[in-house]
Amino acid sequence: MSETISQLGYLIAAILFILGIKGLGKPRTAVRGNLLGSLGMLLAIVVTLADQQIISYGWLAAGLGIGAAVGVVFAQRVEMTSMPQLVALFNGFGGLASVLVASASFVEAVDTETDDSQLAVAAALTLIIGAVTFSGSVIAFAKLQGLMSTGAIGAGILRPATAVLALGAIAVSAAMVTDATTDLWLYLLIATGTLLGLSLVLPIGGGDMPVVIALLNSLSGLAASATGFVLSNALLIIAGSLVGASGLILTIVMCVGMNRTLFNVMFGGIAPSGGGADADEVYAGKVRQTNADEVALMLDSASKVIIIPGYGLAVAQAQHATRELTKLLQDNGSEVSFAIHPVAGRMPGHMNVLLAEAEVDYEQLIEMDTANPQFPECDVAIVLGANDVVNPVAREVGSPISGMPILDADKARSVIVIKRSLSAGFAGIPNPLFAADNALMLFADGKQAVSDINRAFREL
Amino acid sequence: MTFIAALTMFVLAVFLGVELIAKVPPTLHTPLMSGSNAISGITLVGAMVSAGTDHSTLTSVLGFVAVVLATINVVGGFLVTHRMLAMFGPKRKRAPEAAK
Repeated sequence: MSETISQLGYLIAAILFILGIKGLGKPRTAVRGNLLGSLGMLLAIVVTLADQQIISYGWLAAGLGIGAAVGVVFAQRVEMTSMPQLVALFNGFGGLASVLVASASFVEAVDTETDDSQLAVAAALTLIIGAVTFSGSVIAFAKLQGLMSTGAIGAGILRPATAVLALGAIAVSAAMVTDATTDLWLYLLIATGTLLGLSLVLPIGGGDMPVVIALLNSLSGLAASATGFVLSNALLIIAGSLVGASGLILTIVMCVGMNRTLFNVMFGGIAPSGGGADADEVYAGKVRQTNADEVALMLDSASKVIIIPGYGLAVAQAQHATRELTKLLQDNGSEVSFAIHPVAGRMPGHMNVLLAEAEVDYEQLIEMDTANPQFPECDVAIVLGANDVVNPVAREVGSPISGMPILDADKARSVIVIKRSLSAGFAGIPNPLFAADNALMLFADGKQAVSDINRAFREL
Repeated sequence: MTFIAALTMFVLAVFLGVELIAKVPPTLHTPLMSGSNAISGITLVGAMVSAGTDHSTLTSVLGFVAVVLATINVVGGFLVTHRMLAMFGPKRKRAPEAAK
């Protein structure tokens, strides 16, 4: 009887998760969706606490208390620019938790000499997926947080190592399933999975982080789902696979945004800058500089302005100054919008969050497909901390970014590029837009430059 | 639960997840990700069982650590999602006024 009630409770929790994820997909219902999701989680916790299997409440309460306190601190303290790191970290925690749960179940099965091959298979899967999620997330966190180089590391050695480790993981899994009498396989498999996560994520460069974060999100869901197979728990299976599917969709959206396949992102990497023209050829004698006063004059007479924000804007903390600029321009009668490239920022939708935090009106944010037809009628396009996503070379064949969808900033009547130097973006190639006839470079820190433009504009 | 029953549930839920997410606007991608990330902390339920059943010291310790990690994931994930969505909030109210 009690078992039936628990199962019904879990079923309601699963429904709440489904309604929650559905709600999160629409602006009007997103807040409610998140609340429904958390309500589902609360119900799942209460039902589990009431479970008769649980006899020791002290440590459980302590664990929940510590976890909740740390979670609150993380959630309150994090800067919006650091959101990708936080999600990476949470993914890692989720993955590691799944590893520990599966380990505990397997250890218990070994102790009680339960020969359950279904459990062993599920546990092996959970350990691999969970360990990869954990170590991969730690590396993603370290790269995003600037604790290690954001570039591709050791691709030459690690890509073959990945294949070896993957085969090793399969072999150890097979041993674990056929010989469920020792914990040894468990530790070996955790070690193999952890190394596999390292070798998968280390060679992926910073520009591909949106894909990696989305993929790790998907994996953390799949790890939870696999844990559900270990414990024969329907709620874990359902909730985990919902998250796995949603993470996968976002992964694909990000890949489409870069016109690359997931395989290419994971194992190909952007080709080193070979083939393209070198920077001196592209820029020599053609780059024209401007200053804040001149930009203010141009903007004063512009009726349509499109701003193209890149991650450089967030690094320079220029969001608030930019929001002020849009207000000045709007009060002056200009139409201002923000063209957001799908992979702007460090995770899917990151730029939208950063601009929302700076209180940019969300109606002003337009997607690439809406923005591109508008550029020919745009008087001034301002490129702020973006580079590869406005590189017209992407339209040509034979460059490392060929075929990547770009924002057609070069088609605007005038283009102002605010950037500290002519240094290349993640793709490592020069950008002919910077040397175009209709382009002017404003070499400065993003925040300083926009503040200067604001001041010059007010003084007009 | 038989393996086939579990697998059926898994496959159906994957399809459902794909349907639910397919047309989400980019503005909501980050909150969607952190919110679904919190839901993937459901592994907490398994962790609680491991920590609370007192099978052996090893399983209790593994369970305890798993409870802490999964709870951080759950609580932090839902809260930070709420914080982000609140930033989108006021603008939605302002928009209809502008339309008038």
